[in-house]
Amino acid sequence: MKKSVFFGALAATTLVSGMALAGTLDDVKARGELLCGSNTGLTGFGNPDASGNWTGFDVDLCRAVAAAVLGDPNKVKFVPTTGETRFTALQSGEVDLLVRNSTWTSSRDSELALDFVAVNYYDGQGFMVKKDLGVSSAKELDGATVCIQTGTTTELNLADFFKQNNITYQPVTVADDSEAQRQYLAGACDAYTTDASGLAASRATMPDAENHIILPEIISKEPLGPVVRHGDNQWGDIVRWTFFALLIAEEKGVTKANVEEVLASSADEEVKRLLGASGDMGVKFGLDNAAFKNAIAAVGNYGEVFARNIGEGTTINLARGLNALWTQGGLQYAPPFR
Amino acid sequence: MTMATDAPKDGFRLSMLIYDTRYRSYTIQIVVLVLFALAVAWLLNNTVQNLAARGKEFNFGFLWQRAGYDIGQQLIPYNNDDNHFRALLVGLLNTLVVAFFGCIFATVLGVIVGVLRLSRNWLVSRLMTVYVEMFRNVPLLLWILLSYVILSETTPAPRDFRVTDEMVAAGQEPAASMMFFDSVAVTNRGTNIPAPLFERGLGTLDLGFMTLNLNFWAVVVVIAASVFVNRRILSHARATQESTGVRPVTWWKSILVLFAPVIVLLIAMGFHLEIPSLKGFNFQGGILVAHSFTALLIALTLYTAAFIAEIVRAGIQAISRGQSEAAFALGLRPNRTMSLIILPQALRVIIPPLISQYLNLTKNTSLGIAVSYLDLRGTLGGITLNQTGRELECMLLMMLIYLSISLMISAAMNMYNKSVQLKAR
Repeated sequence: MKKSVFFGALAATTLVSGMALAGTLDDVKARGELLCGSNTGLTGFGNPDASGNWTGFDVDLCRAVAAAVLGDPNKVKFVPTTGETRFTALQSGEVDLLVRNSTWTSSRDSELALDFVAVNYYDGQGFMVKKDLGVSSAKELDGATVCIQTGTTTELNLADFFKQNNITYQPVTVADDSEAQRQYLAGACDAYTTDASGLAASRATMPDAENHIILPEIISKEPLGPVVRHGDNQWGDIVRWTFFALLIAEEKGVTKANVEEVLASSADEEVKRLLGASGDMGVKFGLDNAAFKNAIAAVGNYGEVFARNIGEGTTINLARGLNALWTQGGLQYAPPFR
Repeated sequence: MTMATDAPKDGFRLSMLIYDTRYRSYTIQIVVLVLFALAVAWLLNNTVQNLAARGKEFNFGFLWQRAGYDIGQQLIPYNNDDNHFRALLVGLLNTLVVAFFGCIFATVLGVIVGVLRLSRNWLVSRLMTVYVEMFRNVPLLLWILLSYVILSETTPAPRDFRVTDEMVAAGQEPAASMMFFDSVAVTNRGTNIPAPLFERGLGTLDLGFMTLNLNFWAVVVVIAASVFVNRRILSHARATQESTGVRPVTWWKSILVLFAPVIVLLIAMGFHLEIPSLKGFNFQGGILVAHSFTALLIALTLYTAAFIAEIVRAGIQAISRGQSEAAFALGLRPNRTMSLIILPQALRVIIPPLISQYLNLTKNTSLGIAVSYLDLRGTLGGITLNQTGRELECMLLMMLIYLSISLMISAAMNMYNKSVQLKAR
């Protein structure tokens, strides 16, 4: 009896994953809805508001993909995932696409059989401490208790950083951002470490944000980006080029407000190809020719998405920094659209 | 006459497999067996195919890779350079230590509560009823979270213990102070207790796949030897009493045998306590018992004790009243009646359901993940699974380990059960 229950469960998982291996684009079109793996709640990146509407930097990329594939940015179902469950959710076909501040690493590419198709936010791991602790550098954290989200690259970076600097720490492993905040605010840990953008987002929601500082050390490279299953190249291309379309739009000055106007009047051949006015670039992806125009019309260009959700002036207040366009000294660079 | 009872010999027809009661049960069993085997084969094939389709092969090689993460509570030495298998062992020991203390504390508390629930004192029996009903009717997870939140929110931060020069000058006392002659500090992270250290320790013995702490094992061996010798002394005393009617005085021998060797050993090894002291962010030195451990232990103990109390009550009530009336008639006091007459007989009824409570408690330790307690579920089934992406392997291994632990507990308890059962003479 025990055996049969076990094999039944095994069967259920293998069945589901077996189905997921079919073409994701066809699945999404047939379903009429994009299943997007999102954060359980990280202000500015992916967070449901009081009425259940999801907003955020990562959420907008999901909406752009939905607009490109289905023509409607609202045909997305956001599936909250924790650091621990996210990749399993993607692999088992529970979500079509994962945009959840996930770091691109070699082992996730190879061992987990995932494809990171782009980098929508260049980040690095930082530390947040209470101001009255009197700490000004992460290297002074010898003997400190550190809250750390499990299932993340930050867990491994933290161990490496403390070892390299020959200092010790006591880890407190937490499941997600909200649990980390609770523990950190309750004083169960001296420092909270995660991606610097995540720290800024957490601090923005704290009642006494001015009493917490983010230490200057950035101890790792954390290129965050959208993830798809390995092996479905067409779907990977669609997500990758939807993101690049937003970048090219910023580079060319196409915005959410002026996209129709530019479509009618632009003489720039690349812009015309991007918006579907000439050529059949959208059709080559298996989409409508106006797919990328729809994406830009839905969420705006990359700069707009950044400014609206996490840019200077929002509660998160992040500078563009590495995420400026390459023309402005940043790393965000799209290959030519032709 | 004999001709008439002979069965007809016109051979075997296929329809007899269904209509002949001699064959029918075999037919059904064989068909079900074949179907079951087919289902299993299909599932295995499906799993293998899907793993292959995703470029994943089924192997346990990842266990020997570098783990790269740190674990807060370690009963054996571990650092992030050790492999995933070592991390698994650390997690397994964390599971076992909670389960071990949980079973002991739950049994003690459960027996006390179960007996008190039958007390003739109205207040005591009602209080115990309230306790039992409250704990067994609320999910265990909530008790774990509640005890954790209470522990971490009501205790002072480590820096409240700090005494600065200005405070000394102003004659101020720190907001919190250590307990038990300044040896134990309870902070909002955990309880810092003194650690036993040895000046002239025996070191460790490297067996290749694991290292043994010789100090620890020396103490264990000496205590085991003392207990064995003490039992010999007592059985000799009993034999003398049975043959001569006079019991020799043994108490000083017992004390000498039980305590002297350990004390001599500890002095020889230079035993001393390392008292935790506040240094930097946290207390350094000593042993840190994290609140995740304490909270999990408290919640598991209180929750399981409520069930054990009911089992004990049922066991006691299963003993006929005539037994206690007979004991009273012989002039035994109530507590002697309970411990000499009722409980030994009740044990036979109590032990079988008690086994399943022990198994429940052991498996429930995996809920420690809710308070970040890194047990087997947290290391192998949590971080290792995540960092290596080997879901199937980790899950199967974890099931196998929990299964083995449970079977071992069952086997041990069943042996004990046999030893207390009525023996047919």
